[in-house]
Amino acid sequence: MSHPILEVQDLKKYFKTPRGTLHAVDGVSLRIEKGKTLGIVGESGCGKSTIGRVILRLLEPTSGQILFNGTDIARLKKAQMRGMRKEMQMIFQDPFSSLDPRKTINHIIREPIVEYGIIKDKKQIEKRVLELMETVGLAERLINTYPHELDGGRRQRVGIARALAMEPKFIVCDEPVSALDVSIQAQILNLLKKLQREMGLTYIFITHDLSVVNYFADEIAVMYLGKLVEKAPSEELFANPSHPYTKALLSAIPVPEIGQRPERILLKGEISSPIDPPDQCRFMKRCARAEESCKRECLGLREIGEGHFVACWKI
Amino acid sequence: MYRYVIKRLLMLIPVIIGISFLVYFVIDLAPGDIISQIAPEDATIEEIQELREEYGFNKPILVRYGEYMAGMLHGDLGTSYITGEPVFQSYMKRLPNTLMLAFASIFVSVMISIPLGILSAVHQGTWRDNITMVVALLGLSMPNFWLGLLLIILFSLNLGLLPSGGYGTFAHIILPAITVGTGLTAMLTRTTRSSMLDVIRQDYLRTARSKGVPEKKVINKHALKNALIPIITVVGTQLASCLGGAIITETVFSWPGVGRLILDSVNSRDIPMVTGCIIMKTITISVILLCVDLLYAVVDPRIKAQYATRGGKAHGR
Repeated sequence: MSHPILEVQDLKKYFKTPRGTLHAVDGVSLRIEKGKTLGIVGESGCGKSTIGRVILRLLEPTSGQILFNGTDIARLKKAQMRGMRKEMQMIFQDPFSSLDPRKTINHIIREPIVEYGIIKDKKQIEKRVLELMETVGLAERLINTYPHELDGGRRQRVGIARALAMEPKFIVCDEPVSALDVSIQAQILNLLKKLQREMGLTYIFITHDLSVVNYFADEIAVMYLGKLVEKAPSEELFANPSHPYTKALLSAIPVPEIGQRPERILLKGEISSPIDPPDQCRFMKRCARAEESCKRECLGLREIGEGHFVACWKI
Repeated sequence: MYRYVIKRLLMLIPVIIGISFLVYFVIDLAPGDIISQIAPEDATIEEIQELREEYGFNKPILVRYGEYMAGMLHGDLGTSYITGEPVFQSYMKRLPNTLMLAFASIFVSVMISIPLGILSAVHQGTWRDNITMVVALLGLSMPNFWLGLLLIILFSLNLGLLPSGGYGTFAHIILPAITVGTGLTAMLTRTTRSSMLDVIRQDYLRTARSKGVPEKKVINKHALKNALIPIITVVGTQLASCLGGAIITETVFSWPGVGRLILDSVNSRDIPMVTGCIIMKTITISVILLCVDLLYAVVDPRIKAQYATRGGKAHGR
């Protein structure tokens, strides 16, 4: 087994709210090997974006370890963390709001290069910016345009170029295509894949779109209300979903074949509140298989096959 | 861009006509006229009648207004009934004083309120924020004449540190500038704070942080620049209204500015002076507001693009 680039252990992120403590991420453990992609899927509000931000320390973790190449970055001081940022970057969900409207594309891409003093010479910086633009498929003439002059796909390319500017090894993609048109989604996904092949990048790919993650990820972690409920290699997960929640999610993927009408598992009720949740299975209230015996303490992930982990009392 | 500026300047013409018309007629409607002030106390009815003819008060108001406007077309704003001095000259004599007071108070309040507003926004909800907001509320709710009098009592009467009024040295400007600047500082602090709070929550600030930009730069370069539009609006409108003369403050401190000139002229029914001053005031305010609008374009490339493409229609954000 190769060395993991990132290992997260028992990561927690709680938010204090007026109504109590919100358990956004509650004891999640993950590991990602170099050059691979881990998909994190789940519905809105399950804490998947929070996890991405906490891993990059854009939010401070409440507790837990984040080992990046063996260093626990959760304990790094702010100044030390700044050095780490070079290695780990994020591509944001909304290309419309995540770019500063007052800055040109040139400025947006060059800023990290200048901030970190990666390249000193002005001409070289200019060259590097153009090179990055070419890498992500942006025409040279766009260098002095502002974000509002570009369409969503191009803006997301700017966001990617910006993330690549520091030559990171690890990128968190937080729903990078969900704000884009379907036709453009494919372009951006292909671009991300190409970059991964060429630069040996490692991705965490956060999404609610299972068809995207199937195409993209080597391994998938399914999240529900701040906890992982199932984790498996992509093929295994799609072939053999075990957790009732994963089954329900997978049954919702449309099948592009005439006459095929797979049975859909409809979840009843709402996602329950993440504020001060009781210590028991969080999916219980919506689970078709829930029984009285499920009302025990919360169950951690158990291995049921090679690399296939599930958290359910019934399996 | 040029087309936009020209268009805006041309729009001044109907505004000036409208304002001068209003002022001219409203003053005429008020009881009493200038003759009662100029005529000697023992003047006979015939003498008063003569005076009225001399000043043209026997003609219908529309004719008088017409003559006044005809004069204005030639750059003549009329002469004061009281001093006999051309209105334009009197106005220009007073303008530097008003300018000085306006810029002094705006400068001080910008220097204080923008850092304070940023601090308040960055530390939202902490004691620093709370204290700033309470003080700002206090500053906003204090009326100028009252604050001015308090300052005079404290610094002039009790401590004897600063002159209570008049004009001449640097010491003379301190109290009036504080008086005008207090409300302004308070308002600007609140504007800066709310505008910064708006921007601080934006995704692109998170992007900047994830790029490894130091927090100080994130706030000063990314956040402040984006929060600048409402701040410029407030500073611009305040500057415009200050340039028109801070009537109350100038009166309290006997500051010989435009505001007091207008007030005195209204009291003595000096119609050409009032109308002329107000027209000059209109022009000043319009030009400042135009500058503010142009400044938007400098600060925000999106607005600049609108000026360029639409030849400058009112910009919606």
